[in-house]
Amino acid sequence: MRKAIAVLFLGFIGYYLLSTFLLVPFGVVRVLEGVGLKYLQDGLQQTGAANLVTSIVVNYRGFDTLGEVTVLFLAATGMGALLYSKRPTERARQNASVIVKTGARILFPLIIILGAYVFIHGHLTPGGGFQGGAIIASGFLLMFMSYRTYHVNHVILSRVESSAGSVFVIIGLLGLAYGSSFLANILPLGTANTLFSAGVIPLIYVAVGFKVGAELTALLDTMLQTVK
Amino acid sequence: MIYYVAAISLILIGIYAVLVKKNMIKIVLGLTLIDSGVNILLVSLGYVKDKTAPIFSNPTLTAGDMVDPVPQALVLTAIVIGVAVTALALSIVIRIYDHHKTLNINKIRELKW
Amino acid sequence: MDILLIILTVILIAGALNTVRSKDLVAAVISGSVVSLIASIYFYLLQAPDVALTEAAIGVGLSTIIFMITIRRTGRMEE
Repeated sequence: MRKAIAVLFLGFIGYYLLSTFLLVPFGVVRVLEGVGLKYLQDGLQQTGAANLVTSIVVNYRGFDTLGEVTVLFLAATGMGALLYSKRPTERARQNASVIVKTGARILFPLIIILGAYVFIHGHLTPGGGFQGGAIIASGFLLMFMSYRTYHVNHVILSRVESSAGSVFVIIGLLGLAYGSSFLANILPLGTANTLFSAGVIPLIYVAVGFKVGAELTALLDTMLQTVK
Repeated sequence: MIYYVAAISLILIGIYAVLVKKNMIKIVLGLTLIDSGVNILLVSLGYVKDKTAPIFSNPTLTAGDMVDPVPQALVLTAIVIGVAVTALALSIVIRIYDHHKTLNINKIRELKW
Repeated sequence: MDILLIILTVILIAGALNTVRSKDLVAAVISGSVVSLIASIYFYLLQAPDVALTEAAIGVGLSTIIFMITIRRTGRMEE
């Protein structure tokens, strides 16, 4: 009965969704008016970043990204509050095999370097602070899985996280003081497609990379502490 | 066109899981399926045929050669928020399991009134 | 190209259906990560490399691990 009602409801929703979206032609030029064309035409001159998605995320919609980072921080804080227990359960898992342990020890620095590369080059190539932070967190996850005694210092993690968030806000306030608005570009743009270009965009993305990496590592460690 | 069909079927399967399933982890999985479906739908709305990614990696590229970058920036934000929300939901699931020793929403009497 | 797209879509929908249908939660979570992987390939084909990289790192990696830890803590089978 319940399933029948659900299927009926889904048929209703699916019919209207499909009949709406089949009217929208796929793959035609739809950026001729509105904000997309403006970003495409003026983005390289105004921000100096070769990757337009980065320049939208960090520069044009930078305030939005600040809110996003705040949501991540609130989620990590809420998880810590929910999963807090007075006596942490001792991890009774076995150590991984020698092959996994040796491989993890060799791979860990390479994964960290890859994550740093991804967020430092966020304004030139695909990638950025969020992707690089996720890659760094997965490197730490490999170490958590391989070594039973491996643990991270939560004090250092929260210091890194809060100072990276402060750097983001301070760069924004400097833009307000010396430029035109919050998060305005106050540094020289440089030539496009070189590492030192695009003004404050690489600085903000490096801060976001550190913040996301520390946050996701703390999140994984909080969840791993609840299992035996 | 096939991207629309795939995205809408993901959304529908996800809504089915949320409506019908009793297990709480299955319900959270259904929410992530809806998330993926909406992301595919948004990115495919910004796609333009025979155009390249919005990155000026080559000096010969001009603004007319690129797909719409605005949905991509939007979806980039949505994915990161999605994993944070999923992690928070799963920690609530862990707390409910600690309290009631079950994941079946029919057996958790306090949810009914 | 179209053949590849149709195969990918069939795998995507089959993975999503298996996510909902399977009684074993570990199998369901792995099917969900297959759905995320195919979504990442979709984003690459739709000329969105930034989004593809994000989905591959976060949707396929971290999200699956968080589900796995929860299943390890609670129960593997769906009652």
